[in-house]
Amino acid sequence: MSDCHAGPAALASTSVTGITSSAHKTIALVGPPNAGKTTLFNRLTGLRQKVANYPGVTVEYHAGRIHSPGGRVVDLIDLPGIYSLDPRSEDERVTRDLLRGEMAGVPRPDAVLLILDVTSLSRHLVVAAPVLALGLPTLVVLNMADDLRGRGGELKTEDLSQRLGVPVVLASAAKGEGLEPIFEFVDGTLAVPRPPESPFPILQTLPPVLNDVPQCRAWAARVSQGAWKAPQPSLWSRRLDALFLHPLAGPLVFALTLVAVFQAIFTGAAPLMDGVEGIIAGFGKWVAATLPQSAWRNLLTEGIIGGVGSVLVFLPQILLLFLFIGILEDSGYLARAALIADRTMVRFGLQGKSFIPLLSAYACAVPAIMATRTIEDKRDRIATILIAPFMTCSARLQVYALVIAAFIPERPVLGPLLGTRAAAMIGLYVLGFVAALLTARVLKSSILRSDGTPFLIELPSYRWPTLRSLGLRLYDRALVFLKRAGTIILAVSVGLWIIAHLPLTDGKPPQIRDSVAGAIGRTVEPLIQPLGFNWKIGIGLITSLAAREVIVGTLGTIYGIESEGEDTQGLGKALQKDLTPGGAVALLVFFAFAMQCMSTVAVVKRETGGWKWPAVQFGYMTGLAYVCAFAANRIVTAWLG
Amino acid sequence: MQLSSNSGLAHRATLLDLAPGEEATLLELDLPDEVAHRLMILGFVPGSTVAYARSAPGGDPRVYRVDGADVALRGETARQIRLNRQM
Repeated sequence: MSDCHAGPAALASTSVTGITSSAHKTIALVGPPNAGKTTLFNRLTGLRQKVANYPGVTVEYHAGRIHSPGGRVVDLIDLPGIYSLDPRSEDERVTRDLLRGEMAGVPRPDAVLLILDVTSLSRHLVVAAPVLALGLPTLVVLNMADDLRGRGGELKTEDLSQRLGVPVVLASAAKGEGLEPIFEFVDGTLAVPRPPESPFPILQTLPPVLNDVPQCRAWAARVSQGAWKAPQPSLWSRRLDALFLHPLAGPLVFALTLVAVFQAIFTGAAPLMDGVEGIIAGFGKWVAATLPQSAWRNLLTEGIIGGVGSVLVFLPQILLLFLFIGILEDSGYLARAALIADRTMVRFGLQGKSFIPLLSAYACAVPAIMATRTIEDKRDRIATILIAPFMTCSARLQVYALVIAAFIPERPVLGPLLGTRAAAMIGLYVLGFVAALLTARVLKSSILRSDGTPFLIELPSYRWPTLRSLGLRLYDRALVFLKRAGTIILAVSVGLWIIAHLPLTDGKPPQIRDSVAGAIGRTVEPLIQPLGFNWKIGIGLITSLAAREVIVGTLGTIYGIESEGEDTQGLGKALQKDLTPGGAVALLVFFAFAMQCMSTVAVVKRETGGWKWPAVQFGYMTGLAYVCAFAANRIVTAWLG
Repeated sequence: MQLSSNSGLAHRATLLDLAPGEEATLLELDLPDEVAHRLMILGFVPGSTVAYARSAPGGDPRVYRVDGADVALRGETARQIRLNRQM
């Protein structure tokens, strides 16, 4: 990434375009949102990618490697989706600075892959004008060629290429069609379409004011005239919208989708989770039987297998959740769901742009908080950052699943469609969402009052999600999950196991109750007893300050030590002895509200530029969690009588 | 429909006046620069043809069809987009 000496000027006189030197080069992938940028990126780089941050700014980018058939290896960087190079949002500023080589510490890319949706060419060409004006070697990839054909549109690639003065390829990233010229571009063997005396030298035909939209549109119309025939509107999309946005059927489908997803997460994942649990238990027994009796063996079986293993059990459930999120997003349904939800959002003073970050907070609050930088209004942005951690993230899912499965018997609620456990899970998701909305309401009518910017959302055509893109998403998530299990959860499990065995008396570890860990738990016990928690839960609450799901690993370690190599009962069964039903509900409520996540605190501090907002947020969420858990314990205990 | 306005535009129809399926030519966007810019990038350029497709359940936001794309906006925004058509 360090060498960037071959500027565009060196390439102007050659007859081929792309990367001309054999040194290690960088290509930037640029395009508007919904043009299929990520699909193309995944297609070109496969699994050879990583997520990184630019120095000094918060914008995240994906970088990957392309290995071309010609033997070239180049870095491909996926820039944020942009509608123009006007620095109106941080995404646009970063893209512009990077393409101009004005970003400190990041070399200017050697070439640009500009991806546009060919079914929306008249709009997407507006992005092309300022990108082409940069003068970098550029290949225009017109994506969704299959869609264009299917809907009766046409494109004369040669004509458009002549007029733009850069090579143009028609491709389908989803189907993997038409990608060969991209590799030729990488290899530097793709012919330049334009003779020097081209009748349409790009720099002369470009609109004089590149940020004037009507001028750019007029230019786009001139350039595409006769070369592009707009496709017919997608009839399928219209038919599906007639159903999904129908006054009655729309909300019904919305609710049924939600119910089906949660029911599937519970019932569908159960056999897989039992399988994983069986493998881990079997492995633990094998280790216990194979290794000689020693402190190391106990650390391995009780600390590591007990702690990390209890968390690994939830991998199938997490992946199933991400599979459903992926299907909803890739198919285009999520944009419609945003539309249905908008009326509710308005009542609470939130704007449409808050919706997408809040949706992604169902996966994890950290990327959600970074996604709020698309919100121009500072007050709206802070309000969204403050409420995002209330959305039920996938770490909470593990805690909920454990406690619900241990305390709520499975019974049908709506016949076979919805069981009590899925209903309880939906209830907790709703609880977090309601807390987020009410908090937003309070913030927006007091310290963060502002005139909202309007809700604008483009509804993409419906598409079949591809197995490839869903597979990549799951692979990505599985890696993140395993990385956490292998680092933070492993570290806490080992640390906890050690302090649970200290102090040694006559070389023998104490009862866990009398250990250092037990002493810490018993110190906080008076504070959490009103919520129905004992000292073991107390240890879990302390360790889960690092990350919520750590409590699962912690309880796994504690019960592992207690059972001392005897047949380890399920974590859920062990938990039943330590929590009353009131305490179990209180624990769920506590986790729904509390901000137990160091990564979130760190990202809020970085995004808001100080400790003020993360401190306010942590205090508010923990206070709310305590009060509501206390009330929940009292109410449930009194009710069960 | 601000009767107090002294420009002749006050009696112009807005996007909000379109019936489902009806289309008209866009005249101007009476919105802050930031919003107008974003709308224009999505295709709401003066002179373009806009059709009202449908509303979300509950009547708002509304889906408009412009330049082959479906774009949803709230009634409060649609009210500020004037059409080249008298009421």
